[in-house]
Amino acid sequence: MVLRMRYVRHRLFWVWDFDREEKWLNEMAAKGLQLTAVGFCTYTFEEGGPGEYDIRLELLEHSPACAESAAYIRFIEETGAEYLGSVCRWAYFRKKKSEGCFDLFSDIDSRIKHLNRIMLLILLVGLCELFTGVGNSFNIYSRIRSPENLVLFVLCSSLFLLIVYGFFRILAKIRRLQKERKLHE
Amino acid sequence: MDQENIALTEAVYYILLSLRTPLHGYGIMQKIEAFSGGRVRLAAGTLYGALSSMLEKGWISALPGESGGRKKEYVATASGVAAAKNELRRLRELVANGEKILEGE
Repeated sequence: MVLRMRYVRHRLFWVWDFDREEKWLNEMAAKGLQLTAVGFCTYTFEEGGPGEYDIRLELLEHSPACAESAAYIRFIEETGAEYLGSVCRWAYFRKKKSEGCFDLFSDIDSRIKHLNRIMLLILLVGLCELFTGVGNSFNIYSRIRSPENLVLFVLCSSLFLLIVYGFFRILAKIRRLQKERKLHE
Repeated sequence: MDQENIALTEAVYYILLSLRTPLHGYGIMQKIEAFSGGRVRLAAGTLYGALSSMLEKGWISALPGESGGRKKEYVATASGVAAAKNELRRLRELVANGEKILEGE
């Protein structure tokens, strides 16, 4: 039995930068660090051969515990990929490069569908933040105009603006794909 | 019966062709890669989505798999085969016109 060194890395990727996250995970894999487990902003790598695996991630339609998600994960596994785990609805897979090319999406329609799913998530989180975070902190500040309450309001508003930025980033990706779709699949 | 004159996607057309006989997910991917000489590499997630839509449309049916072990298999239904034949007719028209205009004198 080979004992492989494990490394834990902590890194934050915004939801709308999931493609940069995937790129980073594959760059690590190319260097010889293969992803084996995931947690909230936590990645566990194992020392392996350089470029041993292809890593892919996807926002599932339903919670991974749900029957539909379980069926989907099982289907992906049946095509030769390994399910590494999930963080909320984000599922991570890997497949040995030696076993063939690995992608989750091969046409524009499924990519757009995935991006729409992500956009909806950002929209919901944004609306929550607007009504609870921004709304409440504004209420509190308008009643007691203390510096702490102002800071709270500014923080909540900044977070909201960040989410709005992310929303438009994903929207831009969708528009680009929709334009391409007019010409081909 | 509604004769839709809508073009099928390449993926759906090839899936229908490969499911003339029952096949499981990975088998479909391999068969399509063989059909197209490596040109079409259907990804697992895209395939899953296509299969779900086709199941809903009644173009394919899932075979009751043996629990544990055996992978779930799918097969084209009569209406699925009809849709593929319809598509073949449409493709022939496209090829005929293309050959006339692009390859004719």
